[in-house]
Amino acid sequence: MLNNSDILSTIHMIDQEHLDIRTITMGVSLLDCCDPDPKAACRKIYDKITTSAQNLVKTGEDIEAEFGIPVVNKRISVTPIALVAGASQGADCVPFAKAMDAAAKEVGVNFIGGFSALVQKGFTDGDRRLIAAIPEALAETELVCSSVNVGSTKAGINMDAVRLMGETVKAAAERTKDRGGFACAKLVVFCNAVEDNPFMAGAFHGVGEAERVINVGVSGPGVVHYALQKVKGQPFDVVAETVKKTAFRVTRMGQLVAREASARLQVPFGIVDLSLAPTPEVGDSVARILEEMGLEVCGTHGTTAALALLNDAVKKGGVMASSSVGGLSGAFIPVSEDEGMIAAARSGVLGLDKLEAMTCVCSVGLDMIAVPGDTPASTISAIIADEAAIGMINQKTTAVRIIPAPGKRVGDTVEFGGLLGSAPVMPVHPESAEAFIARGGRIPAPMHSLRN
Amino acid sequence: MRAIVSVFGKDQVGIIAAICALLSEKNVNVMDLSQTLLQDYFTMIMLVDVSCANVPFSQLKQELTEAGAARDLDIRIQREDIFDAMHRI
Repeated sequence: MLNNSDILSTIHMIDQEHLDIRTITMGVSLLDCCDPDPKAACRKIYDKITTSAQNLVKTGEDIEAEFGIPVVNKRISVTPIALVAGASQGADCVPFAKAMDAAAKEVGVNFIGGFSALVQKGFTDGDRRLIAAIPEALAETELVCSSVNVGSTKAGINMDAVRLMGETVKAAAERTKDRGGFACAKLVVFCNAVEDNPFMAGAFHGVGEAERVINVGVSGPGVVHYALQKVKGQPFDVVAETVKKTAFRVTRMGQLVAREASARLQVPFGIVDLSLAPTPEVGDSVARILEEMGLEVCGTHGTTAALALLNDAVKKGGVMASSSVGGLSGAFIPVSEDEGMIAAARSGVLGLDKLEAMTCVCSVGLDMIAVPGDTPASTISAIIADEAAIGMINQKTTAVRIIPAPGKRVGDTVEFGGLLGSAPVMPVHPESAEAFIARGGRIPAPMHSLRN
Repeated sequence: MRAIVSVFGKDQVGIIAAICALLSEKNVNVMDLSQTLLQDYFTMIMLVDVSCANVPFSQLKQELTEAGAARDLDIRIQREDIFDAMHRI
């Protein structure tokens, strides 16, 4: 029989340390839904999603009941809609988002991602139409998430897209000003976007993926934090080992659930994404893990090193535990979704510049950051450009999910509720980047993109 | 299919008897059992076989939860696989 202390430790992780399966995400290809008639395309999209994912929520709930492990979200990711809508010449893309939203509601999932375009090297007509539709699409739907990839290590950075996305973020905030600019919480601007990410808002089903796939995202900042409390004052070798072992256990659980969901839904298993994804609840924070390593407040000197160790040790633990680790796997640092980050930002210790440094060593980027409502579009574009440059040069995924909260100033708070939490409005540099962003064109791919 | 039943709560007369009676009524075989008492706090872990159970897993789970609630105990049943996955290579 299993060791009693092992059983009790698992139960403690679930009960007290917020261990959970953050998401079971079904990827669905919509490439066969292309149609010259946009209405026909939308109908096909609705039908394909509702048929493919009809048992997804029930399966998630069954697994939760049998294994006694919370499955917090059930989600769907689809082929970037710009590719599908591209076939419907001249069509407005908002109805495509509405079809996705209706299908997601019908099957009962929490979010659907893939209102996306991949424009790292240039725009197609469909890409331009999709980006133009983003503000309205996000304002008029509830569950649809959108992402745009503006750069990659191979292609460089499309600075026309960077400029356009700064304006799009502003427009999305303006359209939802009665809700604190909520639409921006569902919009991610990527560099080196991954095709199998199960986490929102950036999930989409890449074109290299199968017809349907099950990807699972596991979480567990609380479990890592608790484990580190037991090795107080010990050297970093011990810290790294502790994180690795914890990540291994958590990922094994994710692998089990992924296999089970895949078998029950008869959909191939894709990847397990082991990401320390915080929630606003106390005891589920990435910032508190960094503080546990010996920092007084997250954001002070030493934070980047602490995060680098954490991110790497999480990956190392996860890789051995799963037959296929993918997605973003590492540590997320979304400010509004992390109780410790909120506190650090509110106290003024954690600012945008430090967060930018942290994104060099964590798994994604500037995430869920509220800035003043009067921040110019060019400044937001410049923030996106900086992040994309970090991703491009370091061959990693970076992203920007930023909310220029309408009518809010530094020191105010924007409330989103639920997993999205509340965001203290953080200062940006007031000096202009207008002329920089106005140049447009492309930042060429770095030297190390030429590896062939 | 094997599962782990775990019981936590304040010690009282008849906990094991009540749970075993319920499991027996559902045709669930108890394969192993360990129980500890820390001060007044009762902890029991049972390995059970539910493959011949005469009710679905979800109903068994619900009845155990209800039986626990009636005695102010926290009773849960989880498939054994999850513990194996986390603690065995």
